Amino acid sequence: MKLIREFTKGLFKQNPIFVIALGLCPALAVSTTMENALGMGAAATFVLVSSNIIVSAIRNIIPQKIRIPCFIVVIASFVTIVELLMAAYLPALAKSLGIFVPLIVVNCIILGRAEAFASKHKVLPSIMDGLGMGLGFTLALALVAAIREGLGSGKIFDVVVIKGYEPATMMVLAPGALLTLGILIAVTNLIKKRKA
Amino acid sequence: MELTAFITVIISMVFVNNFILSKFLGLCPFLGVSKKTSSAVSMGAAVIFVMTLSGAITWLVYRFILVPLDITYLRTITFILVIASFVQFVEMVILKKSPVLYRALGIYLPLITTNCAVLGVTVLNIDNFFKGAQAVPYSFLLSVTQSFFAGVGFTLALLLMSGIREKLQLNDTPKAFQGVAIAFVIASLMSLAFMGFQGFRF
Repeated sequence: MKLIREFTKGLFKQNPIFVIALGLCPALAVSTTMENALGMGAAATFVLVSSNIIVSAIRNIIPQKIRIPCFIVVIASFVTIVELLMAAYLPALAKSLGIFVPLIVVNCIILGRAEAFASKHKVLPSIMDGLGMGLGFTLALALVAAIREGLGSGKIFDVVVIKGYEPATMMVLAPGALLTLGILIAVTNLIKKRKA
Repeated sequence: MELTAFITVIISMVFVNNFILSKFLGLCPFLGVSKKTSSAVSMGAAVIFVMTLSGAITWLVYRFILVPLDITYLRTITFILVIASFVQFVEMVILKKSPVLYRALGIYLPLITTNCAVLGVTVLNIDNFFKGAQAVPYSFLLSVTQSFFAGVGFTLALLLMSGIREKLQLNDTPKAFQGVAIAFVIASLMSLAFMGFQGFRF
């Protein structure tokens, strides 16, 4: 029961993007299309779960003072694995994500979860936490991408959403990303206020 | 010929491809430290300094260690370690040599390690100014220029934003938009304005 709660908290209640506002750079940069968003989400989830496993497994060995550099080395190793795998099997995706694949290293969510959760909990809860946070990140990314791609090109995954719609190119470009996220955060605030 | 290459890099980094407003690099400090103009200036100075020197160091590490040993796939992990230890080193030196400067920049330095703009510019240097394992002509100077002006572009956006946010405190913002949400909307409008530079060609 507790494990399920560790999993579901990342989805809505503590959603990394909308509620804690971490990991914003990749969220904006790669949410131009649904494909990029899902690719980035999958890559980040893999790194998050793997680094949570290793960090929580060696949490008693790492000296307190140098724990952050240790976490970064663990995370950077998994990011390198993802980089190489993606370049080998999904070259098109690797190309469109560009420098944002190596930049997963400095994605605050991953270091944040290693420091705040995995370094204090056992392996199993850490896996659930990583999965939940990763999925929450992916969901948020997909939502932003759906809005941007839908309004910016009129189709999602090459499926026409609105017939006879004149695409607003701005939504696919940089200003659209910032505007979408600003409004989504405002909506989140509104929902939180209603509940309270 | 070479001069045009440098000018293109400068204009592109400061205006056309501004790190914050068109590449989304360094958004966290952009939102975090843009509430007051004075702290925006200190943060900008710290970022320019760290970016320029890490750009130079990582270029040298890549060219003279990673390429000869044929381990370029370790780029990401090497660069983040170089940046992290460099920032730590700078922090210690400033603390020893100039307590005044430390008080001004101190709290921003650790934040810079996880600033994706710094790692971003070092990776971009390698992507832009290396063809395979071969450095293009003037590669080192171009990398340093690109790093320095990426920092200048970052500072420019940060300063503009902090000016607007100081004024914004006097306004009556809708409740749901208070804080980060309205900052994003402002950034969106700024980025729209910066898109006007896109037509620049040399």
